[in-house]
Amino acid sequence: MIVPYGNVLLLAVILFLLGAVCALTRRNLLMILIGVEIMLNAAGLAFVGASLKWRLLDGQAFVLFIFAVAASEVAVGLALIVYSQHRTGSVNADHYNLMKG
Amino acid sequence: MTLYAVIFYLLAIIILVATVLAITRRVLVHSVVYLIVSFLATGLLFYLLGAPFLAALEVIIYAGAIMVLFLFIVMTLVVEERQQKGLESFWRWIPAIVLGVISFFVAGVLIFEAPGSRETLPTGMATPAAFGQFIFKNYWFPVEIASFLLLIGLVGTLYLGRQKPKEAGNQPEDKT
Repeated sequence: MIVPYGNVLLLAVILFLLGAVCALTRRNLLMILIGVEIMLNAAGLAFVGASLKWRLLDGQAFVLFIFAVAASEVAVGLALIVYSQHRTGSVNADHYNLMKG
Repeated sequence: MTLYAVIFYLLAIIILVATVLAITRRVLVHSVVYLIVSFLATGLLFYLLGAPFLAALEVIIYAGAIMVLFLFIVMTLVVEERQQKGLESFWRWIPAIVLGVISFFVAGVLIFEAPGSRETLPTGMATPAAFGQFIFKNYWFPVEIASFLLLIGLVGTLYLGRQKPKEAGNQPEDKT
């Protein structure tokens, strides 16, 4: 007997919102990427809890795919950040205003 | 309250405190290190919830590979220090905080009104062997797609990280 299922979901929701707040408010591109990572991690936590509640392994299989997506996303995202920093000399999202948006 | 519940709440507190510290630090290296603590605790939580293989993967991939990659990039890039006024940053945080609180309450109501959310989770364990057999029996095609995704990520990273990106003006009569 661990804890009620709702507590696991609540922890996942709080983590997800923390990641969303991080991605929305920070202006550093690296911090935005970190926020996305936190959100993916929270989704994985919810999947593992659900997998334990219903005694099905499908939830854990999805977490495996979330890991694959997170790994490739962070690789491409960091390469993009390094490339843009070479082009514009900044990693601040406010400075990417070439298109006057 | 059983021992497992005590461990769960302890890990939850560690995860939340480390994540809050991580997203509020000004220095990027500190934030990455706090995030490593948060991911290690999440790995332990996966173990508690009966996924030892995923716990190992969480430590290896998230706390190991991804965060070390972040650390490398943070140390490579020159991150400019930007002083912003307190009022401006406060008004910048307001919409995100309001939206976050609203969605938090909606999610809380949804979670605790859902049937079965108050049932206590049993302890269980999916051994890595059983998990592997399951995933290659039922999800072999998504595994192939995931491997393709990783390959595409590798190729994209190599393409973006070439030595010297050519400027558009520097190759005038290349196309003839």
